[in-house]
Amino acid sequence: MVLLTRKIEFSASHLYHNPNLSAEENRRIFGKGNNPHGHGHNYTLEVTVEGEPDPVTGMVLDLKELKEILEREVMKRMDHRHLNYEVAELTGQIPTCENIARVIWQLLEPRITQGKLHRVRLYESPDLFADCYRNGAKAAGKR
Amino acid sequence: MSETLKIELGRRYRFSASHRLHSSHLSEEENSRVFGKCNNPYGHGHNYVVEVSMSGDVDPASGMIANLDDLDAFVERQVLDPFDHKSLNEDVAAFREKVPTTENLCIEIFQRLKSFPKAKLERVRVEETRNNSFEYAGDNLEGNRP
Repeated sequence: MVLLTRKIEFSASHLYHNPNLSAEENRRIFGKGNNPHGHGHNYTLEVTVEGEPDPVTGMVLDLKELKEILEREVMKRMDHRHLNYEVAELTGQIPTCENIARVIWQLLEPRITQGKLHRVRLYESPDLFADCYRNGAKAAGKR
Repeated sequence: MSETLKIELGRRYRFSASHRLHSSHLSEEENSRVFGKCNNPYGHGHNYVVEVSMSGDVDPASGMIANLDDLDAFVERQVLDPFDHKSLNEDVAAFREKVPTTENLCIEIFQRLKSFPKAKLERVRVEETRNNSFEYAGDNLEGNRP
């Protein structure tokens, strides 16, 4: 099995606020992230696909196709958007790295038909990121 | 589908420390041969990067596996305070006996962080320089590694 990773960057704004909590609790839990006017990040997304290289093309999947999937599913939805208000899939969720990574997995997983989605890693900053992957992914790959 | 997904939180920290690779079980010559310039008696230093990976349920109220302030404070107390701007050989009890290679440092950091109460420590990765990095996952199943 070979793993192939493509990286893209997008910029978006968000804020952390749970309407079921008091203003004080929101400030305590989310700190600066609770600023009502929001703030933004340059996100870096690493998408890893697993598979065997095709004997004819030598590719796990056509990178052009992966690029188009990422453009359509992630860039169009999230780049230069407000994640709280403009991304339907995040409605009702706090747009943390953890939740955004899971939403991106759910968007990409059914679209990747050559090879299999292996991991989504989303960096909010160089020092903070979330990974989303299938539970026991590596063990499954060994069978 | 979502119940079969696993989410991890990754956080990077930095500290600077000195060390000297030297084993009391080896002769001066052997030390010099095995450790090369890292055996220099006065030691040398690195800017270490520690990458900590935590897993757990994402709390629907906060959207988080663990509150970052809690994690940062814990890592600060357990690792950064005792290691930053220190001599690993002289100032960290574990390295009185063990050679402070980054392999051993990785294991020591894992031991110090595995009691984090709010999430499960999956793995510690330490970059000694931009070109060398080491990972340790304790007893965690390799199958859970992304």
